[in-house]
Amino acid sequence: MPTLTRRGAAAAAAALATLLAAACAPGSSGDKPESKAPAAVSTDVAKAGNVTLTVWDQEVQGGQKKQIEELNKRFEAKYPNVKIKRVSRSFSDLQKTLRLALSGGSPPDVVEANQGYASMAQYVKAGMLLPLDSYDQVYGWRKRYPKGLTDLNSVTQDGKLIGSGNLYGVSLNGEIVGLYYNKEKLAKLGVQPPKSWAEFDQALATAKGKGEVPIAFGNLEKLPAMQLYGVLQDGAADKEAVRKLVFGSGGSWTDAPNVQAAQKLADWSKKGYFTKDANAVKWDDTPVNFAKGDGVFMFGGTWWASELNDKMKDKVGFMVPPPTQAGAPSATMGGESLPWSITSKSKNPDVAAAYINFITSPEAMDVSIETGNLPALAAPSKQPTGPLLKEVSTAWAELSKNDGITPYLDYATPTFADAFGGPLQELVAGRKPADAVMKAAQDDYSAFQKKK
Amino acid sequence: MTTVARRKTPKSRHAASAPRTARRQGRAFSGSPGEPGRIGWLYTLPALLVYGTFLLWPLARGAQFSLYHWDGLGQATWAGFSNYTATWSDPSLRGAFGHLLVLILFYSVLPCCIAFVLVAAMSRTKIRGLTFFRTVLFLPQVVAMVAVAVAWQWVYSADGPVNTVLGWLHALGLPDWRHGWFGDFTFALPAVGAVGTWVGIGLAMVLFLAGVQKIPRELYEAARIDGAGPFREFFAVTLPGLRRELAVALTLTTIMAIRNFDLIYMATAGGPGDATKVPAYEVYNRTFNTGEVGLGCAIGVTLAVLAFAVTAGVRRLVEGKDA
Repeated sequence: MPTLTRRGAAAAAAALATLLAAACAPGSSGDKPESKAPAAVSTDVAKAGNVTLTVWDQEVQGGQKKQIEELNKRFEAKYPNVKIKRVSRSFSDLQKTLRLALSGGSPPDVVEANQGYASMAQYVKAGMLLPLDSYDQVYGWRKRYPKGLTDLNSVTQDGKLIGSGNLYGVSLNGEIVGLYYNKEKLAKLGVQPPKSWAEFDQALATAKGKGEVPIAFGNLEKLPAMQLYGVLQDGAADKEAVRKLVFGSGGSWTDAPNVQAAQKLADWSKKGYFTKDANAVKWDDTPVNFAKGDGVFMFGGTWWASELNDKMKDKVGFMVPPPTQAGAPSATMGGESLPWSITSKSKNPDVAAAYINFITSPEAMDVSIETGNLPALAAPSKQPTGPLLKEVSTAWAELSKNDGITPYLDYATPTFADAFGGPLQELVAGRKPADAVMKAAQDDYSAFQKKK
Repeated sequence: MTTVARRKTPKSRHAASAPRTARRQGRAFSGSPGEPGRIGWLYTLPALLVYGTFLLWPLARGAQFSLYHWDGLGQATWAGFSNYTATWSDPSLRGAFGHLLVLILFYSVLPCCIAFVLVAAMSRTKIRGLTFFRTVLFLPQVVAMVAVAVAWQWVYSADGPVNTVLGWLHALGLPDWRHGWFGDFTFALPAVGAVGTWVGIGLAMVLFLAGVQKIPRELYEAARIDGAGPFREFFAVTLPGLRRELAVALTLTTIMAIRNFDLIYMATAGGPGDATKVPAYEVYNRTFNTGEVGLGCAIGVTLAVLAFAVTAGVRRLVEGKDA
């Protein structure tokens, strides 16, 4: 090797070493943001002067996009001195870029930060989000929303416990994972929408026997199986136990009802109740296949309702997953859409709070209905149109009334999507028994609890 | 670091003969009297600056981060080498490195073997429309990997072409070989590998074709006069003549395998289970999804070291010591 290069390498190494010594450890730049809300709160947006509010959201799909565009337009019309700079990304893209943006020098003012230990709790712990309690005293969000919903957006300041502590965000829409069914196919099979798990099992067997795909299911991304497992878990376990488990205040994933739920998932897969090679089918393709007629039933979130309503018209129905016993109140996963939060470095927190108040106001609930979404609170003057959207709205009301909503399971630990989702794929493929899968979940869970 | 970069650019541009001449010139430059050696550095300064800012500095910071436990948001805590030990002790990460070995086979060894067969065939007989075939075979190399991933997702899908053809075969009485390829625990990794092979063949073939043209015709004539058959001719003339090209092809395709992120990200996201997890994907996954920035960086640094080792190893192995 020529000496020239060697000398050059040595010089470069020396220069780098010097620079590195000057650079400090990651995250220790000493400017942990002051995460205390200002003492004096101003609700007078007009007085704030000319303000540009940067908002990062993930409302990119049809109805949601229309909804937020309309709300932004109305807010700007109401306060001409405020300009909203909207940056929208898909859900997963936002998750990935938000972390970098928040730790940077000039983060956006308002962001949609996902609930759970992987996102909101971590941001709170690092002091990146502003506690909204002093604004809540003015705007009364806690009074406006049921406790179950504000709890989802609350975290203790050390990021250790979700469900208590300060309020860090307000959500606009509601969402639940329910059971879609193809009405035409049910009629042909001579089956009624199931009222209990036993009836549901019966319906699945009938569908299979007549050569139909009983449940449309795509699980390439690992997350879908976790949702399906959650629905089954809500059938097998007590809802309070599920909540405690997900938020880390008691219970174990290897408890008997939780293993039973996994066993049920394995049984269904073994009996061929799912789309063939489900692990190779994309999640987004599930509603597409279902709309094409591949599948009598489909578990899915209300976020698919507006699309299915357009494609299938009155051929599709939606219901809360049936309870274990007919007539008993049922529970399912869900909650609310991503909360709108204020970053602690925002220069206009007062305006940001007014914006959040506006897009979660009764007027906003009306806009939500108009654009085919499911508002978190009852809309004062609008009714959903279209049979499916009506059924979705009824299901939401029913669950809200009997407090039947449990949190998404991926909130449990930052690594849960892989640590539980991967083994669930093995369960679906019949490669791992239920108890081993639940043990894998518990291992990841207890490792996180210990670290917390 | 500098040597590799210096080495890689000329090679990939002018195939194989370039490095030797470049090195000779370099030696002559630094050695000849009267040449202002110091001033020479000044000319490289702009390039060095860019290189340093965008490559060396991030690399060094990455190496530094790998010594900390950091969630990417809050305060980092000193970790020493525990991130590196975790890289090897975590069974899922160890598995990822195992998958990498399998993929190197598919990305590097297999394309080179197939390209050799193709080139041997092309160098012996005149094929009409050679340019056309060459272009078609090279095409995968030009398409962005993300597009490749999406296309193959369809090719492998339940009612995609692969399963359709296998369905016909099944109808003809053969066993049913249809699978959900990217979602099957046994076949997902080979399925990803096959895509890599498909992409790699073109590059290896174009390199070898260029090399073959520079082998003197007389050698082939002499071999034929001595009564060598196609196999003999290949091993006695073509293969030795292509040693340098082989080294380039192996290096490039192996590095392609090591930094294979886009295909995995788009096609399988490491699934099903952990079946197609590779280190390059885990660098991203740990850093951005699960908030283990230190661990992600440690995997990244390990990969970089691996890439250097492979590059050096391949050169030694194929080009011989003097190269």
